[in-house]
Amino acid sequence: MDPSLASPPRSKRLLDIFTTGPLRIIVSLIVPVVTFLVLRWSFIFMRDSEANKLVIGVVALVIGVGAVWALFLVTDNLVSLLPKSMRESVRPYVFVGPALVIISLYLIYPTLQTAYLSFFDARSEVFVGLENYAFALTSPDMLIALRNNLLWMVFVTFFVVSLGLVIAVMADRLGRWEPIAKSFIFLPMAISAVGASVIWKFIYSFQPASRPQIGLLNAIYTWLGGDPQGWLILKPWNNFFLIIIMIWLLTGFAMVVISAGVKGVPAELLEASRIDGATEVQIFFKVIIPYIRGTLLTITTTVLIMVLKVFDIVFVMTSGQNETEVIANRMFREMFTFRNFGRSGALAMVLLVAVIPVMIYNVRSLNSARR
Amino acid sequence: MTTEVKIATQSDNLFRKFFSAAPLRVVVILIAFVWTLPTVGLLISSFRPPNDITTSGWWTVLAHPFETAQWTLANYERVLTSDGMGVAFLNSLLVTIPSVVIPITIAAFAAYAFAWLKFPGRNFFFVLIVGLMVVPLQMSLIPLLRLYISIDLNGTFLGVWLAHTGFGLPLAVYLLYGYISTLPAEIIESAHVDGASPLTTFSKLVLPLSVPVIASFAIFQFLWVWNDLLVALVFLGTKKEVTVVTARLATLVGERGEAWHVLTAGAFITMVIPLIVFFSLQRYFVRGLTAGSVKG
Repeated sequence: MDPSLASPPRSKRLLDIFTTGPLRIIVSLIVPVVTFLVLRWSFIFMRDSEANKLVIGVVALVIGVGAVWALFLVTDNLVSLLPKSMRESVRPYVFVGPALVIISLYLIYPTLQTAYLSFFDARSEVFVGLENYAFALTSPDMLIALRNNLLWMVFVTFFVVSLGLVIAVMADRLGRWEPIAKSFIFLPMAISAVGASVIWKFIYSFQPASRPQIGLLNAIYTWLGGDPQGWLILKPWNNFFLIIIMIWLLTGFAMVVISAGVKGVPAELLEASRIDGATEVQIFFKVIIPYIRGTLLTITTTVLIMVLKVFDIVFVMTSGQNETEVIANRMFREMFTFRNFGRSGALAMVLLVAVIPVMIYNVRSLNSARR
Repeated sequence: MTTEVKIATQSDNLFRKFFSAAPLRVVVILIAFVWTLPTVGLLISSFRPPNDITTSGWWTVLAHPFETAQWTLANYERVLTSDGMGVAFLNSLLVTIPSVVIPITIAAFAAYAFAWLKFPGRNFFFVLIVGLMVVPLQMSLIPLLRLYISIDLNGTFLGVWLAHTGFGLPLAVYLLYGYISTLPAEIIESAHVDGASPLTTFSKLVLPLSVPVIASFAIFQFLWVWNDLLVALVFLGTKKEVTVVTARLATLVGERGEAWHVLTAGAFITMVIPLIVFFSLQRYFVRGLTAGSVKG
């Protein structure tokens, strides 16, 4: 049943005035703008009014989501009124249009703009060539930050992946206790990096030797006979105390991902190796690891990308003081504290360049999967 | 292989299983214990009077846990009211829910078109979106901040919703596409033959069938937005009226570094919703996290 076969109702013909010719373009431009204005107006109204916040929230949600749906419905209806030959070739763009517009505005345009700004001075007025990159890659401050990022990437990734792997393999043999034990190790994944930082700041807390230690680490350390330490100002070890936080956060995640891979190892294969007299350690290294190589590669890449951009933990724990700076935190400080958009942009570019291999790999594997 | 040998290997296996399981169990339980300890310490401390927290370690209460005089709710009362965590909590909800729903809606439309409609540029745009998935969001901060300041969108919830929408979209489109493209072609085509418009097919057929993947992405995005600090700091700021729990907690750490009664209770407030989501929806949670971990 094709609706266009029936003669259009009268009201529709009247509407044709607005949906054909130049008026159509105006209408299709105005509607989204009006929707946006309504959204914005209602937002400002809601923010400035003294109504109950929950009520505001519900209204905001209804308007926010309603506006998105309205946008799709209105544009789709407009397209339906186009001549039949054009209709179906235009319609897909109604569906992908909003996503493409938002992605262009929020990712593509800013990325190009940041790349451009990274060649200009602090206030984006004078072209300075590669000066910001010289800062990003050679200044003493940044050398420390780059070193720390390297430490983070090596140690977090190594410990997260190997601990995750070992725990996944061990928990696999626990039977009915497996899900419970895994839940507890996975739980930190639900906690924000800020929350985790407070948890660990408390553990690293320092009191003078005359007073009782309330931080777990100093309590254990003094119990063992040491003098209380300010762990977060202890260069260069303070970096490792921050690194532990991220290991704590991500190990459960690696464990869960790897665990799915371990469960995919055929039981017959394990059984056969056992019958052949392989020890559990041999099975682990010679059967399980080669079998789940793909999973291990994925999780390693994922953790590397997460660690590369580490920001929250350093921001909350030390703000980069005492030689704990990392690229993303410095980038934030250049942007907000020092208002140096050129340097900040160059630092963002360093992060971008670091993920480009992953980007290429993703696109390649997408293309080969589609063939 | 003879029956005799079979029995021998089986009993040998049982024997080995029994002995390797016991130490294994101890090791795994020990790890789980160590992993939980930091959070437990925080939780216990948040219910202790300020004076107790600073004069004795939280583990000392374990010796006499039932002395009710040592427990208090005053920390929560104060952090929720005078320290602004209550307002921040509502703000977090206000920021998070639309930041989850809006990208899902937009991404679902796009994923459907990429999967089932033919149009020039389809392949190119999809590859572009996949490529953008790992772009660090740091690349977007400066130009967007300038844009926001110039159109007065800085410090507004709408600005943050749109930012989270923009940063979450590539992943959302990719994930939803992965699922929607595997729906059976016969169903989609028969709807088309019956004269259903693409919009009807999408809203009446594709959307209901995609609930599992939508749930996975929703949980991932919810936790991402709720736990996010960077986007909130840049586009919303730390003013008490608009700021979210993570940014508020970070501010409290800066302002009152050693006031542990405030920080422990505050930290737990930031954690309570993610923990509820974690325990009640763990299966979706795992799926969402695994799928969404590559996000830039």
